[in-house]
Parts: sequence; structure tokens; C-alpha cells
Amino acid sequence: MAQNLIVSTSPHLHSGARTQRIMLDMLIALTPAAIAAVVFFGWPALVIIAVSVISAVGSEFVFNLIVKKKQTIGDLSAAVTGLLLALTLPVSKDTVGNVWWQTMLGAIFAIVVVKCLFGGIGCNFANPAITGRIFMLICFSETTTPVATGFGTLVSGATPLSAIKAGAAAEELPSVLDMLIGNRGGAIGETCAIALVAGGIYLLCRRVISWHTPTIFIGATFLLSLALTGFDLNASVYQLLGGGLILSAFFMATDYATTPLNKWGKAVFALGCALITVVIRFFGNYPEGVSYAILIMNILATPIEILTSPKALGSKKAKKGGNA
Amino acid sequence: MLGFKFLGNTPVPHRKNTAATPSVKMPSAAEVLIPLGGQLGAPSTPIVKAGEEVKVGQRIAEPSGYVSSAVHSSVSGKVLKVEPYLCPNGTTVQAIRIQSDGEMTPHESIAPPEITDLESLIEAVRNSGIVGLGGAGFPTAVKLDALKKGEIHTVVVNAAECEPYITADTRTMLERIDSVKEGVLLFKKYAGTVTRVVFGIESNKKDAIEALKATVGDIEGVEICVLPAKYPQGAEKIIIHNTTRIVVPEGKLPADVGVIVINVNTLATIADYVRTGMPLVEKTFTVDGGAISAPMNVTAPVGTHIGDVLAFVGCDTEKVGKVLYGGPMMGVPVSSLDEPVMKTTNALTVMTREESIKGDATPCIHCGRCVAACPMGLNPTAFSKALEIESKEDKIARLEEYKINLCMECGCCSFVCPALRPLVQNNRLAKGVVREYRAHMKDMK
Repeated sequence: MAQNLIVSTSPHLHSGARTQRIMLDMLIALTPAAIAAVVFFGWPALVIIAVSVISAVGSEFVFNLIVKKKQTIGDLSAAVTGLLLALTLPVSKDTVGNVWWQTMLGAIFAIVVVKCLFGGIGCNFANPAITGRIFMLICFSETTTPVATGFGTLVSGATPLSAIKAGAAAEELPSVLDMLIGNRGGAIGETCAIALVAGGIYLLCRRVISWHTPTIFIGATFLLSLALTGFDLNASVYQLLGGGLILSAFFMATDYATTPLNKWGKAVFALGCALITVVIRFFGNYPEGVSYAILIMNILATPIEILTSPKALGSKKAKKGGNA
Repeated sequence: MLGFKFLGNTPVPHRKNTAATPSVKMPSAAEVLIPLGGQLGAPSTPIVKAGEEVKVGQRIAEPSGYVSSAVHSSVSGKVLKVEPYLCPNGTTVQAIRIQSDGEMTPHESIAPPEITDLESLIEAVRNSGIVGLGGAGFPTAVKLDALKKGEIHTVVVNAAECEPYITADTRTMLERIDSVKEGVLLFKKYAGTVTRVVFGIESNKKDAIEALKATVGDIEGVEICVLPAKYPQGAEKIIIHNTTRIVVPEGKLPADVGVIVINVNTLATIADYVRTGMPLVEKTFTVDGGAISAPMNVTAPVGTHIGDVLAFVGCDTEKVGKVLYGGPMMGVPVSSLDEPVMKTTNALTVMTREESIKGDATPCIHCGRCVAACPMGLNPTAFSKALEIESKEDKIARLEEYKINLCMECGCCSFVCPALRPLVQNNRLAKGVVREYRAHMKDMK
């Protein structure tokens, strides 16, 4: 019976959860929005999604080759970044000729500069897709101006939010039903609220994200909009559905690496996002502020996490459970 | 109570395959190896020599200090050897190898102890060699000494049995419920300050809950607290919190807040000793796991070789990859099938090689699942990061600030980690680093 037994420290059982599976869930959850994007914006949307995902995955692959790191594209995280970036971009038949290479640069920037240079998955402090989008908004502001859907909206070439900003009358805006199904101008993946919420619910059911962030982010933005519009319910609904709020609240403000770990931290983070979003939308020059809001809160994620870290059971004073 | 939340939320699978199967008594093996330590406390001192004849229940080792326990022969036969033995916890102690004559003749001295008061009850427990049967193996008499001060108001009976596979306590409550009741009555009779006896039991043990309700439910001061079937309900500080709402402060013992926790099997075993005078010489434990085709609870003499147990349950040892004392969450692996059944063995988890193998760790994605899972409210991933700090002083300061001492190594963090990071393993390492540093600083002074 001289048999070699395996000796290792406990635990000897694992839940089976894997990083790759979490990222696969993200891709599954984004699929309805991606389909809606192709339905409303046609083949250019498909091109941009493909370019973005391939550039993101490809640049991580090449980066790992160059720095001789173990290959990490199998965790699907780069694919998620690529898909998210694509969904935040507007594109039409007229602009696709320029947007495709700009998207490629944006995706490479997101992966290489924002993620890989900081140490790869889990080490970046800013959300790669959001930073990639902001990079593109600044560098290629003309071509990344929102466009109309293929079905023709009332205000072509503008999002409802920019139309409101420009002082459009209520009857010039798309109907609330169009807003829900996504038949409006905007970034390709941000328009179909129903598809985004369906994906968000999937993530909640799979316990990939917790309810705190999306509920507080969306809820607080809505309430603050109500307050700032003098309790104009209709106008606030447009604030809710008109920009990138729903996509960001479910898929970007819930990013693990760039947000606090604990639930109170997530709550504070989401509240901060909502505040900055509303301030930019109502007082800033830009019609949309979600991306900037999340990027600013990304910077604050670590201090928030340290300050909201829970007290250990029976400990004399609150531990500083930071992640510094 | 407003704001009260049960601690412990990890959905570890139950796999209680043996809960409904009566335990089976194993015939005496040809040889037993009885270690004189390996649990909490000082190793015991042997009082028999090679060649001596011994009988069942005969004392073969004395306690070597206050926190130490007596050891008794589990078979009748001849002492072959007193030899060094490497315990799973890494220490080397003495062990006594006894050849069984197969007769299982009880020793002449076996007689029920005379119990008149708390003092004599604790003395009896000291003589019985009983240690905490939940797993840690702390000498029970030492724990009961806290009763003498008269400040203990609550006894929490730990019947949670939260580890996968293990049903030894469940079977105790079904097969030895009268002993459980006698144990409760002993406390009621002799520990005057104890006003509450609270059973903590996970909700998935319906039959055992019924048995408890029917037998001890009506006794004054006895409460049966049904806990969620979420790991780790059986951890000491967690079960105290979840059954009584009392929080044991950092660095204190349950006795400091008027509570002692006693495993339900330990309680029944005390009652058995008081009734019969037979010390702790046999154990009932669950034999289950991927390599076991016919899982069951086995009653065997302490010291029986694991290989003999596996042969008894018909396990094909070719398939065995890993054998654990205890369950898969906190179990300690054995290095060979010659290792013996210990007093504290409540299960042998026998895994296949395939079950044992896991993937490589990938980078932490900061998902926070370990933080959400930690029943103590710690941040496991922060410990791992602190461990990488180069400066020794900074590392120790950070680990202590994050409360590494509060980690009880339940394994929830590692269990839920999607990156397969060795979180609790790192915590264990970190505790060692802190302990070593503190000992070093003490020497310097």
C-alpha cells in the first residue's frame, strides 16, 4: 500500500467559479444589446463590433507576446472590453469608413495603455472601455457624434439628450416607446433599454454583479433629474433612457477592478456616479456625462473602499481593509 | 432582532449521503496505533512499555500538563512499541502501537464515576480522556473548568455539522439522543449558573431537529435554534453569534462573555462516560467522498489504521488520491493509509485523484466574492497583497491592521474565488509570519 497520496492544505473543494465564466456571462449579457445595435444601425454596427473585439483581443495577445507574459486572452476579459467599447460608439454608413480605424486605435488604447501597462486584468484603476471611449471622444470628436438609426428618428443625427440640451421641444423627441426599444439616435449599444435591462437582469441572476450599483446609479440619477427639472416626470424619463446611463450602470460601473469591493463602497460609488452625471448633464457643456462620471469615480474607488470597509466580527476598531 | 443577520453565507454543497444510514460497528483490527497528541494542548506521557498486556479502557498515557488529556487503550492485547509519530499538524509526538487479541476485554477498573458536584463532574471528564470532538480536540475538562468561576450563563451545543459529507453528529442525535439528553441534564444539575442551553443545528437536518425537539425540547432553559444551511455555521464564533447574538471580542475566549460551546457528540460522550465509565476509546465517523462507492458511518476503535477502515467499507484503494481527517473544507490530509483514526476524527473524506487536482491560480480580478463570503468580515485578498510587502515591519503592521488573527481558516474565500487564488492558504502563511515575528520580538526584550 505504498501509494503516494496528495497532501495539500484545505480547502479541498471549490465552487467551480472561474474568471473566464464571469467574462463569458458578461458577453452573454451584452448579446441582446449587440443584436439590437445591428438591427437599428445595420451592418456598420457589426463592422465596428468586430473591429473593436478583434483589436482588443489582438492587442492584448501581442502585448503579452512582447513582454513575455503568460497569455491571458483566454479569460475573455479583452473581448468584453472590446464589445463594451463598440457599444458606446455611434456609427452609420457615412461614418464607418473613418470610425473603423479610429475604433481600432481606441480598443488598442483601452487594452494596452489603460489595462496591460498597469499589470493586466484586475490591476487597472480606470475602466478600459470607458477610457477608450473618452480617448476617442477627444481625438475624433467629429466622427463620434451620434447618428440616427436606420429607421429614421425625429431628430436625426442627435441623441435625445443633445436635442434637449439644444432646446428641442417635446414633440421633436422620439416617443418613450422608441426610447425603450432603441429606435433613437445615439451610440449603437446604448439605445435599446429593454435589451440592456435584460442583460443586466441576467448578470444579477448569475450573481456576477450585485444590485447595489445599478439600482443606486439609475435611481439617484432619476431622482436628481426629477429635482432639477422641477419634478417633470417626462423630462426625467428622457434623462433615464436618453444617454448611456443604463449600459454604464449595469456593465461599467459594476466593473470589478475599478470599483470598491464591499457593498457600502459600491453604494457610495454609484451615488457619486449619479451626482457627477447629473451635474455634467445639467450644468456642463456636454449633453452626456456618464463616462466622465465613472472615470472620475474610478479614481476615488480605493479611498471609498478603505473608508467603507466593514468592521470585522468582534474587532476592537474598524479595520482598514483597503486594497492599496 | 432588528438588523440581525445570520453570519456565514457560502453555499458549500451538503452531500449528506449517509444521514439516513445507521452507523456500522467495525470489528477490532489486528493492530492499532494510538498517537499521544496531535490535537490542541500538550502531548501526553506514555505509562506503558513494549510487551505489556493492556485491556480496553486502560489508561496508557497521562496528561503532561494542564491543557493535555489522558489516553486509553482502545483494544485488548499487547503493546508492541512506543514510537515517534509525525502528526498531520507537523509536530512529532509519541504513539503507542498495540497488537489486538481480538477479545476486546474491558479493563477491570472500568466503573461509572461517582458524581456529586461540578468539581467531580469535571474530574470525571478529565479522567475520560474526552477532547472536543468537533475537530479541534481541545481537552474538554479544561473548557469545563470555566464553569467553576460561575460566570458562564449559556452553553451552546454545536450540532451545526456544516462540512460536506459529515453526518457523524447527525447520527449521534438519531442513535444516541438519550445520551444527548443525559448530557444536557448533567449541565442543568451541576452547572448552576447556566440558564440557557442552546442547540445550534443547520436546517437541513430535519430528522435530527425532530429528535432534539421530542427529547430535549421541553427541558426548561433548552432552546433549539435552527440555523441556515450555509457554511460555516459550525465555526465557534459564528455559532455563538447566530444562536445567541453575542459577539466574542477579538482576542477573547467565549468564556469571557459567559458562553461555552460544546459539540453535540462531545456532550453525548460525556454522558456515556458518566453512565458506563468507559473512556473515549472508539469513534463514530463518516467515510465518504468521490472514491467511496458505499459511504457509511463507521464505529471503530481509536487508532485503527485508515487502510483497515477503507478495506472495511470496500473502498478500492487504487482510486484513492487524497484522504482527509474531517471534511473537504477544513480537513487535514494524511500522508499514508497507515495513519490512525484519532479521537477527533469525525470523518474520513476519501477523494479520487481527479477530484483532488485543480487548475492554476490566475490574477485577482478584485471581484469581492471573498469579502462577501468571509463570515468574520475580513478582506482575504488584502492579506495576500500585504504578504507581498517586502519590509518585514510594514508587512506585519499591515497584516495586524487587517486583523489576520481573526481568520479562522474556514476556507470560504478560497472556495468562492473565481481566480483559484490560494487565499486561506496565504492567510495561514501570514499568521505564521506574524506569530514568528511576535515571538522574536518577545525574545528580544
